[in-house]
Amino acid sequence: MIPAAFDYIRATSAEEALAALTEHGDDAKLMAGGQSLIPLMRYRLVTPGVVVDIGNLDGDLRGISVNGDTVRIGALTRHTELEHSAELEATCPLLNHVASLVGDPAVRHRGTLGGSLAHADPASDLPAAVLALGATLVARGPGGEREIAASDFFTGFLESVLAPDEMLTEVRVPVTADGWNYQKFNRRAQDWAIVGVAVCRGGRGVSLVNMGPTPMRASAVEEAVAGGATAAEAAAHAADETDPPNDLNGDADYRSHLARVLTRRALEAAGFA
Amino acid sequence: MVANAVQIRLSVNGESHDLEVEPRTLLVYALRDDIGLTGTNIGCDSSSCGACTVLVDGRSVKSCTMLAVQAEGAEITTIEGLAATSDGDGLHPMQQAFHEYHGLQCGYCTPGMILASVSLIDEYPDLDESGVREGLEGNLCRCTGYNNIVKAVLQVAGKEA
Ligand SMILES: Cc1cc2nc3c(=O)[nH]c(=O)nc-3n(C[C@H](O)[C@H](O)[C@H](O)COP(=O)(O)OP(=O)(O)OC[C@H]3O[C@@H](n4cnc5c(N)ncnc54)[C@H](O)[C@@H]3O)c2cc1C
Ligand code: FES
Ligand code: FES
Repeated sequence: MIPAAFDYIRATSAEEALAALTEHGDDAKLMAGGQSLIPLMRYRLVTPGVVVDIGNLDGDLRGISVNGDTVRIGALTRHTELEHSAELEATCPLLNHVASLVGDPAVRHRGTLGGSLAHADPASDLPAAVLALGATLVARGPGGEREIAASDFFTGFLESVLAPDEMLTEVRVPVTADGWNYQKFNRRAQDWAIVGVAVCRGGRGVSLVNMGPTPMRASAVEEAVAGGATAAEAAAHAADETDPPNDLNGDADYRSHLARVLTRRALEAAGFA
Repeated sequence: MVANAVQIRLSVNGESHDLEVEPRTLLVYALRDDIGLTGTNIGCDSSSCGACTVLVDGRSVKSCTMLAVQAEGAEITTIEGLAATSDGDGLHPMQQAFHEYHGLQCGYCTPGMILASVSLIDEYPDLDESGVREGLEGNLCRCTGYNNIVKAVLQVAGKEA
């Protein structure tokens, strides 16, 4: 299908994009890579009156740099750039790996990290990675910048704490060269995860894909690990306090089982005994 | 003409086209209906079949999942313009290989499959057979069973199957 009609603004700076959001309020939508927004607009599930295209913004909003213990990634960095980044390979290879598993190459050539996070889809891969890494997200709005812990960011199905007049500008992750793993379980290469699990040993972060209405941390597993449980013991808690969907790919019981199995594999591969 | 139509200039296969499009016009419709390049096919409504794949600045993109207005400033290559991007005056090596290995039957997926393959081996020069199969995950073919497509791509990548 073809999207409903809208007006198009191609922003040439973050300030211009923010001004357009302020002017048009709820009627406006940012578009980065469009790989989630265009499909939603084609199904007419989303019908913005104004689309503010930030896909060509550059400078600080795009690219990867390392400063001491922190890796900073511009929100407009595309999946393909994460996948092939030598800086990330040296400092946070979990992100190379997870980005390489998103959709197919054509999707990765357009989709961005910021778009993937702002979209807040519980079935997406990168939100789980930033949760496990204990990332900080930086949002800019009319009142300036604020920092948001990844674990405070996702509030509901396709919803986040971002206000309609705010945009994500940056993602900061702690340098995490080893002790990580990501398990994505699907039936065909291009598909979304039926369940996914990300683990970072250093920050004891464990997160789940498609186990509830939001990308989520596996808090019960994190607590068990912190309390000295073995990987197998901790993984038994992977489905605690979750609310997995029932759909064509599997029912809630099946997903709970997958979560426990994948969490054990991920914990062991990340170096937990 | 529609109220909020905008003027854009698209560069397609090295030629510049001045168009008047609605912002909601998907790139694939601008290519097919406004420019008349009907080699790019439409196979689905869900961004999942890859029949509409074109090159945007040399990389595969689903032209049904990009607005024409977003493509302003980029160089678009469609199947009609691919041969001219290679040396020599015949087919592009990927087209030639699909021909030689019989990598198509009905041909509906072929333009997208060929452009996705060109992008794939440029982005991942060291692919083996399973890498090619996974790399073409976003392009569906209802006819061939993929085997001859994979052989053709491996041949062009210099890894004779
Ligand atoms: C066929 C297909 C398969 C896919 N498979 C997967 C998969 O396996 N795993 C996966 O994780 N994802 C998958 N995706 C989704 C893909 O990762 C998207 O690229 C990503 O979810 C959105 O990024 P984007 O830049 O394209 O965002 P857009 O589509 O441009 O925007 C998405 C939302 O985020 C908002 N937004 C964008 N940027 C910002 C910003 N900087 N600040 C504030 N708000 C912003 C937009 O307003 C919109 O609401 C798939 C997509 C397709 C089409
Ligand atoms: S028509 Fe574009 S992916 Fe199917
Ligand atoms: S040759 Fe018929 S769909 Fe591929």
